[in-house]
Amino acid sequence: MNKYTERLVNGLIKENPTFVLMLGMCPTLAVTTSAMNGLGMGLSTTLVLVFSNLLISVFRKVIPDGVRMPAFIVIVASLVTVVEFLMKAYTPALAVQLGVYIPLIVVNCIILGRAESYASKNPVMPSVFDGIGMGLGFTFGLTCIGIIREILGAGQIFGVQVFSLDWFTPITIFVMAPGAFLVLAFLVAIMNIVREKMDAKGKPLAAPSGCLTGDCASCGQSAMCTGKKSE
Amino acid sequence: MKTLILIAIGSAIVNNVVLSQFLGICPFLGVSKKTETAAGMGGAVIFVIGIASFVTSLIYKFILMPTDTRYLQTIVFILVIAALVQFVEMFLKKSMPSLYESLGVYLPLITTNCAVLGVALTNVTKEYGILESVVNGLATAGGFFIAICIMAGIREKIEYNDIPKPFQGTAIVLITACLMSIAFMGFSGMI
Repeated sequence: MNKYTERLVNGLIKENPTFVLMLGMCPTLAVTTSAMNGLGMGLSTTLVLVFSNLLISVFRKVIPDGVRMPAFIVIVASLVTVVEFLMKAYTPALAVQLGVYIPLIVVNCIILGRAESYASKNPVMPSVFDGIGMGLGFTFGLTCIGIIREILGAGQIFGVQVFSLDWFTPITIFVMAPGAFLVLAFLVAIMNIVREKMDAKGKPLAAPSGCLTGDCASCGQSAMCTGKKSE
Repeated sequence: MKTLILIAIGSAIVNNVVLSQFLGICPFLGVSKKTETAAGMGGAVIFVIGIASFVTSLIYKFILMPTDTRYLQTIVFILVIAALVQFVEMFLKKSMPSLYESLGVYLPLITTNCAVLGVALTNVTKEYGILESVVNGLATAGGFFIAICIMAGIREKIEYNDIPKPFQGTAIVLITACLMSIAFMGFSGMI
């Protein structure tokens, strides 16, 4: 396996941002009301991630260390603005659905996290593949959660009715706000069981490092906090 | 006046920033172990969002609008917020040490809190004026304060409960958030 496929597999499975690292939980909760929204959000994040990794990797030797975070943020924010306008032009319905969560891709911890921990230290091509792998892993996670919520909440997948309404009463709560918390809670619980099984097998999963653990140090943006911690 | 009150109730309770808009989930889950720290965090968020929504709406109205560079809003807002938090921190440290003692440690955490950017962008999307923006900002942050304090209170109560092993830690917190969210849905008919 060469290093490019290794990066893809790493992002999709070994360090999957949604299931294993538990990163980027705000969009994960907010936009997964349907599989289509999850997919759209995932792909737009992927686009931003690939290009931000590319640019940051290209400029990694030019950017002075002291202003590295503001520089990364400007790069990411510009890319997000571009993606936002592209979505408004070509997928207006999806852009309305995702709303404020598109510009909020800027503060998604996956993007600055990858910039800080991978792209700013590695050559261009591996960084691009790291972006593709992580982005697709995130897309996969969001789409899965979207499918679960859409099936339980409306009996549909990607807007196609799979459970006939003759016998299936949609559990509407799943497409509303509380459903997001509930699905994620069960996901975390299932991942805890998987984690334990893998530990027993001697093949431990990568530790979760996102907001859910309340561990600010692992967040790529903690450098903006000038390295200070809360407790 | 009536619109201002409606905006305030709407942002604080009906469309609660954490429980129905999912902004600021990180501090909500991360800093809600004790009621005191939760209240400190909530206070700091009210402080920062209040100032940030004032400054960003000023910038939007007097710089971005006249120069027709509204498309730069995301870039400008995130940089302004980041700089603002640093500045507020320095200012508090120098001039109000007692307030800094109680809020200071939380301030850096808020820089990248998506709720701050979220409020600034919502103000623009809904075309709020400066006063409306500040009211909306303060009310949203008030909603965050309410949510994080209730969550911390519940977490203190359930700390020694017998929770099934896979659900210990984050999972039970998310279940709690789910129930709180259902409770807050009860307000949805208010406006």
